[in-house]
Amino acid sequence: MSNRIEIVENIMGANDRLALDNRTRLNASRTFGINFMASPGAGKTSLIEQTVPALKDKFAIGAVDGDIATTIDADRAAAAGAAAVQINTGGECHLDAVMLRQALNQLDLNSLDLLIVENVGNLICPASFALGTHKNILIASIPEGDDKPYKYPNIYRGLDVLVINKIDLLPYIPFQMEYFTKGVEMLNPGLKTFPLSCQSGEGIPEWTTWLEEQVNAFKENTPSP
Amino acid sequence: MHELAVTENILEIVKTHAERANAKKVTDIFLVIGQLSSIVDDSVQFYWDLMTEETIAEGAKLHFRRLPILIQCKDCKNSYTPQGASLACPLCMSEKITIVQGEEFYLEAIDIDK
Repeated sequence: MSNRIEIVENIMGANDRLALDNRTRLNASRTFGINFMASPGAGKTSLIEQTVPALKDKFAIGAVDGDIATTIDADRAAAAGAAAVQINTGGECHLDAVMLRQALNQLDLNSLDLLIVENVGNLICPASFALGTHKNILIASIPEGDDKPYKYPNIYRGLDVLVINKIDLLPYIPFQMEYFTKGVEMLNPGLKTFPLSCQSGEGIPEWTTWLEEQVNAFKENTPSP
Repeated sequence: MHELAVTENILEIVKTHAERANAKKVTDIFLVIGQLSSIVDDSVQFYWDLMTEETIAEGAKLHFRRLPILIQCKDCKNSYTPQGASLACPLCMSEKITIVQGEEFYLEAIDIDK
C-alpha cells in the first residue's frame, strides 16, 4: 500500500541546529565569532593578518582556518598572534557547523574574546551552511570584478558586513563601484560596508575600530554564566 | 559542489520519517527548491543513487519542484519574475525590492510502501 507522508522540513535543518549549538557555546564563553567568506585570493588571511595585530593587545583572539589540505593559512594567522586551529575539509568546498564544532573543541574558548573563522574560498557553498558565528562577513575584492553580486546573489543575501579589499587597485582595473554597490543594495539594503586595502592599510583602522566596538558591545550584552 | 552534504541531509530526513511511519520502502521524494538556491538536480540525483544503495530508500525517485524567483517592487508594488541578471523592477526601474520567493529549500513529502 502506497502512502504519502507530508513533511515540509528544511533540508539544511540539521546543520542549522548544530550552528545554534555552536552559538550557544560561543555565548557561554563570551567569545564573539565572525565568519570570513570570500572567493580564493580575495584576502581573507591578509585581513586576519591586519586585524589580529591591531586588536591583540585588547582581546585574546583565536582563528579557525578552513582549507582543503594545507596549514598555510593557520600558520599565517598564528604568526600574526592568534591561537590558530586548522580544519582540513578533505575536499569539501565549505565549512559546516559540525566542522566548526570540532574546531571549537580544540580551542580554549573561555580564554578567547574574538574568534575569526576563515571559511573555504568559495562564493557559493559557504552561503548555505550556517556556522553559528555572530556575524557573516564577505570579503569582496576589486580584481574579482564588479558583477559578483549579480552572479552570486545568495552569499550577499546572508551577510551582516561587506569588506571590499584591494581598493588600491581601483585605478588599474575597470571596476564600476556604482554598479557593484547597486547590485549589493538590491540584495541586502543598507549593508554595512568597509572599503579597504590590506596592502596599503587604507581603511583598516575604520574596520578594526568597528570590530573592537562590536566585541565590546557583545561582552557588555552577554552576561557571564 | 555541496550537493554531497545536501544529499546526506535529504537521506537523513527521509530515513527518520520512513522509520516513524513503519515504511517497508520509500518510493518517491518530493523536494522544493527556489531558483536562487544553487543546487544542481543531476548532481543530487547522482549522489542519491550511490548513497541509497541497500537503504530503505534504494531506487526512490527524486522529484524536484523548482519555484521561480518572485520579487515585489517596494516603490510601485509590481510583482514580477526577473528576466536576466538584474533584479530591478521592469516597470518603474526601481532597485528597492523584496525577494518574496526563490530561496526555498525543503523536503515536502515522501511516498512510502507499507
